[in-house]
Amino acid sequence: MSTKLVYFAWVRERIGKPEEEITVPADVVTVRDLLNHLKSLGEEYENALQYPEVIRVAIDQEHVEHSEKIAGAREIGIFPPMTGG
Amino acid sequence: MIVEPRIQVQSQDFDLQSEIDTVTAGRKNIGAVVTFSGLCRDEHGALSALELEHYPGMAEAEMRRIAEIAIERFSLLGLTAVHRYGKIMPGENIVLVVAAAPHRQAAFDGASFMMDFLKTSAPFWKKEHAADGTARDWVAAKDADDTARDKWR
Repeated sequence: MSTKLVYFAWVRERIGKPEEEITVPADVVTVRDLLNHLKSLGEEYENALQYPEVIRVAIDQEHVEHSEKIAGAREIGIFPPMTGG
Repeated sequence: MIVEPRIQVQSQDFDLQSEIDTVTAGRKNIGAVVTFSGLCRDEHGALSALELEHYPGMAEAEMRRIAEIAIERFSLLGLTAVHRYGKIMPGENIVLVVAAAPHRQAAFDGASFMMDFLKTSAPFWKKEHAADGTARDWVAAKDADDTARDKWR
């Protein structure tokens, strides 16, 4: 499965790109699996996702829990806790 | 009657009076309008600007989702939320909420609810620019903002 990932704020800065298409391995089922998979892709990902419990994720632009399944997702947003307002 | 929120995500500034006028124009059942505006502070001279990043599309969608809940919960007659992005200087506007209702308590509560949820779930992030040119970091999320949100549960 190929999925578009979009990154924001310090997650974007640490990974070093705003977005990318990745091929998701078959054993990556949930958001939590995806974050662990990304951490294995290199130092910049490890750096960005060092503390996955603080990372927020949106599937097709809606907030989801880390236990959510990612099957069928067109776009997955990965970002730090929000600080707007 | 279905009340549609007005949601704007924009780089340019907004005008409080014209946003109030948009909510109240031609209406005779509104008895209370509460506005909240959030501005960029210089943190006692330490900051030269804030850089606001957002998730285009999701920012609007999330603000609309919160606004629709606020309208329903407080029976609001109008609700506007405007959030800016890009580089914002100290003293400039960042965010605006206009809540209208027949009576004041619902208008105060609607505006407060909108801000509490916007801060914790609308996808915006602030980065600080230091006045002395040194790099500063992304603003950290505050537990106090989660506490403010959770009081509405």
